[in-house]
Amino acid sequence: MSAPLIAEPLLERAPLIARDWLTHALPEPLRWIANSLITIVVLLTVFGLLFAFLTLAERKVLGRVQNRPGPNRTGWAGLLQPFADGIKMLTKEDIVPRTADRVLHFLAPVAILGFSFLTFAVIPYGRHLVPVELDAGILYFFAAGSATELSIFMAGWSSHNKYALVAAMRALAQLISYELPLLLSAVPVVLAAGTLSASGIVEAQAGYKWGLVPHWHVLTPWGAASFAVFFISALSESNRSPFDLPEAESELIAGHLTEYSGFKYALFFMAEYFGMCALCGMAVTLFLGGWQAPLPALEFIPSYAWFSAKLLALLLVFIWVRATLPRLRMDQLTRFAWKFLVPLALVNLGASAFWSLTFAWTGPMQAVRWAVSLALAVGPFLLLGLRLGSGIGKRTYRCA
Amino acid sequence: MNAALAIIALVTVGSAAAAMLGRNLLRSILMLAVSWAGAAAFYLWAGAQFVAFAQVLVYLGAISMVALFAVLLTRQSRDEPAAAPAARRRGVLAVAAAAAVAAVLLWAVKKTPLPVAWRPVPSTTVRELGAQLMGRHGAALLVVGVLLTIALIGGVVLASDRAYEKPEDKP
Repeated sequence: MSAPLIAEPLLERAPLIARDWLTHALPEPLRWIANSLITIVVLLTVFGLLFAFLTLAERKVLGRVQNRPGPNRTGWAGLLQPFADGIKMLTKEDIVPRTADRVLHFLAPVAILGFSFLTFAVIPYGRHLVPVELDAGILYFFAAGSATELSIFMAGWSSHNKYALVAAMRALAQLISYELPLLLSAVPVVLAAGTLSASGIVEAQAGYKWGLVPHWHVLTPWGAASFAVFFISALSESNRSPFDLPEAESELIAGHLTEYSGFKYALFFMAEYFGMCALCGMAVTLFLGGWQAPLPALEFIPSYAWFSAKLLALLLVFIWVRATLPRLRMDQLTRFAWKFLVPLALVNLGASAFWSLTFAWTGPMQAVRWAVSLALAVGPFLLLGLRLGSGIGKRTYRCA
Repeated sequence: MNAALAIIALVTVGSAAAAMLGRNLLRSILMLAVSWAGAAAFYLWAGAQFVAFAQVLVYLGAISMVALFAVLLTRQSRDEPAAAPAARRRGVLAVAAAAAVAAVLLWAVKKTPLPVAWRPVPSTTVRELGAQLMGRHGAALLVVGVLLTIALIGGVVLASDRAYEKPEDKP
């Protein structure tokens, strides 16, 4: 895609070489279409397989945390379990309620999967592996993500079931609440990098201080705070525990998905995991240096390997959080978003502006810069966190 | 390129018309969302990426939600179609309001100088957009911000009205 390719190791360019070898015989306009198609097919395959094995990894890890083996009967150590699940989902009966709005009921899972897949387009997976290079890539990512809310409403309303409708509105309330901190925590990065392009943000994190510490945004005071806010909001946006109230399978018979069965239900599930992968990929891009290696000595490993490693690590933290934390109550959820995360993200915007303005400070002023930034990150956290529980009465426990 | 524009225009206008003619309010809103997406596609076609994505983020992500919530929270019955224009007075008022809006829009369009001659495409980076918003159009931005803040405060005041608290809601 870019010019200076010659000096780089072969492995870095391997995906591009493979693609060009496949399409080099085609004429020019066809080659462009073929290249795009190959990108789409590769993305679908990679993330489809990642989805399949993520469900397995989740069940395995949850099993280990709860001191049981997890699925281990299908294939070697349960490796074929996702495919067995897929066949089961495909062969299940697809029930549509008689009074349902059939068109919308059918369109909702298609739309949610489509929108969540669209978000994969702008994430830079490697130095040369950016499916679509957009100037406003970050904005595109959040725009495509916010469009999934419409499909959740479609699912709840078209089911013609009052519980599904109420659950859809609850889900929307949660998604809207957490969209704000999610966006606000990405703004400081845009401010610091000075660009809305995802690749530009990754390149802004290149280089190492003293040849050792990478220039990742997460290693600055405002970046760490932003990353925390982004990560918590991402947990909530992808309906993951401890924010999995919209589904709450043990209490709510799956909320807005009550009237869905068979493969349509599986599609919602797939969209949820796609959304989780996309948000983790964006977190890696914004804060964890994208495809950059953590040490200069490790740059011989291809960039996409680094991206995958960081992505998988974040996904494992998602699973770990699910195994550890209990579910929140609805009022705790909204209180947490509006009284804690949003003000924290707003203050953090100021901290990021201070960090950018004091870029030229050196020597002892550098210490002042760090101290002020740290105070701006930790102070509001402590102040808001201590006041978070105020106004709620003392908790009482009763035996059932 | 003109074929793409024709398709985009057809989708935008067609879904807007469907939203207007439909009797089911919620379907109308969803059609309206399609129309907004068409407008975003038009911006994309015209090369204004930033505006296009902002359109999707604001209109599809937020405004459609506001409309849906408004309809769901104010409707009496679930299957009630939109009320038909029962009285002639109501119909006349509706036409008058529509005509007033159309007149204002037409006046604004007529007053705006639209250069027909070809000019080099201005480079609109995000930085430039920000500078324009904060500099030349700063006052308008402030007015919009104040208006939205007042609306937000009004909403909070309405929502936190203690007079409507029912006794069974108290712990």
